[in-house]
Amino acid sequence: MTTTTPLAGKTATKPPVTEPPAPFLERFRVPGAFLLGALLLLGIAPLVLSDFRLSLLAKYLCYAIVAVGVSLAWGRGGLLVLGQGVFFGLGGYAMAMHLKLADAAVTGQTLPDFMQLYGTGDALPWWWKPFADPVFALAATVLLPMAVAALLGFFVFRRRVKGAYFAILSQALAAAFAIWLVGQQANTGGTNGLTDIQGFFGYALDDPVNQRMVYVVVAAVLLVLMAAARQLFVSRYGELLVAVRDSEERVRFLGYDPANVKLVAYVVAAGMAGLAGALFVPAVGIISPALIGVVPSIGFVIGAAVGGRASLLGAVLGAIAVAWTQSTLSDAYPAAWTYLQGLLFVVAVGFLPGGLASLVTVLRRKRRTHNPATEGAA
Amino acid sequence: MSGEGLTVRDLRVTFDGFTAVDGVDLDILPGDLRFLIGPNGAGKTTLVDAVTGLVRAGGSVRFGGEELLGRPVHRVARLGIGRTFQTATVFEELTVLQNLDIAAGAGRGPLTMLRRRKGVPEEVARALETTGLTDLRDRPAGVLAHGQKQWLEIGMLLVKDVRLLLLDEPVAGMSHDEREATGELLRRISGDRTVVVIEHDMDFMRSFARSVSVLHAGKVLSEGSVTEVQADARVQEVYLGRASEPEPAAVPVAEEA
Repeated sequence: MTTTTPLAGKTATKPPVTEPPAPFLERFRVPGAFLLGALLLLGIAPLVLSDFRLSLLAKYLCYAIVAVGVSLAWGRGGLLVLGQGVFFGLGGYAMAMHLKLADAAVTGQTLPDFMQLYGTGDALPWWWKPFADPVFALAATVLLPMAVAALLGFFVFRRRVKGAYFAILSQALAAAFAIWLVGQQANTGGTNGLTDIQGFFGYALDDPVNQRMVYVVVAAVLLVLMAAARQLFVSRYGELLVAVRDSEERVRFLGYDPANVKLVAYVVAAGMAGLAGALFVPAVGIISPALIGVVPSIGFVIGAAVGGRASLLGAVLGAIAVAWTQSTLSDAYPAAWTYLQGLLFVVAVGFLPGGLASLVTVLRRKRRTHNPATEGAA
Repeated sequence: MSGEGLTVRDLRVTFDGFTAVDGVDLDILPGDLRFLIGPNGAGKTTLVDAVTGLVRAGGSVRFGGEELLGRPVHRVARLGIGRTFQTATVFEELTVLQNLDIAAGAGRGPLTMLRRRKGVPEEVARALETTGLTDLRDRPAGVLAHGQKQWLEIGMLLVKDVRLLLLDEPVAGMSHDEREATGELLRRISGDRTVVVIEHDMDFMRSFARSVSVLHAGKVLSEGSVTEVQADARVQEVYLGRASEPEPAAVPVAEEA
């Protein structure tokens, strides 16, 4: 150890020492991968996939958007968000409510079709009214989930609810929300949900061209959110979030309030889930309690768990792969999927916490036990 | 630097009827290197827990003219009071540099937080040098040797200009050379700061303490220089006499109340 005079003054006014620039390949690895992804999603996929396949992919990409948020909150923040269905549903219902009102307006009705069937009166419930405004509805798809997450997170994190308790609480919330939606049939469409959506801001959704447009919007949103999440991952906030995940108490002794650090990740993840839900509605044409309850909420994290929750790309690819497997398998063996889903979750969390994204690192580490500093894949 | 010393008055901590700290008074002058010693269960760690806001306590703890009791942990930390734990707790998956940068960063604005760290902030570079970790700065903290982790922890206190350091058994489990290096480090960083060390290692205490307080059963038994404390018959009776065997167990169990 070199002996130096103890530091007396504080705060760096001098420009900080710059690190040597990263090697060429290293510097362009991430932007390169991003461009490749953009090319695949926006250039190649629309060319080679049929209308049917492309609309399926749009649906998977919606799940991938949720996974981006899960990767942030769970992968980096250690928050096992088992209730993302709530935020997905809030975004989805906000969007669907607007589209149903717009559909009704086209045919000169004041009430959406299901309200005419099950409704108690002629008047639109007061809380439906603002959703007739497209700007309000669009803003609500993101801000409403974020506001709910902020309120919930504020109390939960301040009271230091964590680990399994946090997961169970999230899950219970998803269950409660789905049950409430079912019970409010006159106002929410009940078990059926909001279905048979015809138009999307003036575009007819049964037109394949417009379906392709919806796909492009979903893919673009996914890419933008991945870029934003990547920035969060490498920022100082991202480092702090990992620190909170690994040793919350220590962070507190450094003068941070870990509750706020977690709250940011939770709220951002909720906003992403809300946006995903909103895009899911035009992509699939329906939102219902069955799509946002306990089982789908677990589904939202499985993709991230299998692909690698701490790795953004791993989580996104995992979500797409699991969603694809689910559609393929559940057609052939509807009952088997639920078991496989549970099994996947247990295996991934129990035996490969880093998911498939960490497989290479794990194998490499096994081969040579002496492993120099490898940074976590991002 | 007057008025920045630590003043503890009639500190009391009770867990379910068991009094762990029973009316402790302490005056630690600015720039002191004070050792808190005492047998297992004497209340040393609990005292530090109370000062840093981790457990509720009665009485008064003032530092730099501010009352500390009743503040949440992160608020106490922001007053320039830092602590380490018996088991080194660094962020294992982050590099040495990231660890120090996070430690330096409490109070950064949201915009700074959302940007990537560019280079090495000056206070981090200085802490790297003081603790001798400059060459290891890009290693994940998890791969560091035990002693290096403790130095990193101390470095994490130095970067944010902490004025009072509370170190809980910093040399437990260290090799002889690591102990010497740690002692020198403590000497260097005290003087400008106030350092309080909880320690079991008597040789280490004799070599580096500027002043000593002996705790026993939640009370201060004796206080003074190393020589004065060693000469105190009561201390010899409860502690030094009994602990003159090579070394007590490194990790006291009874204090994990």
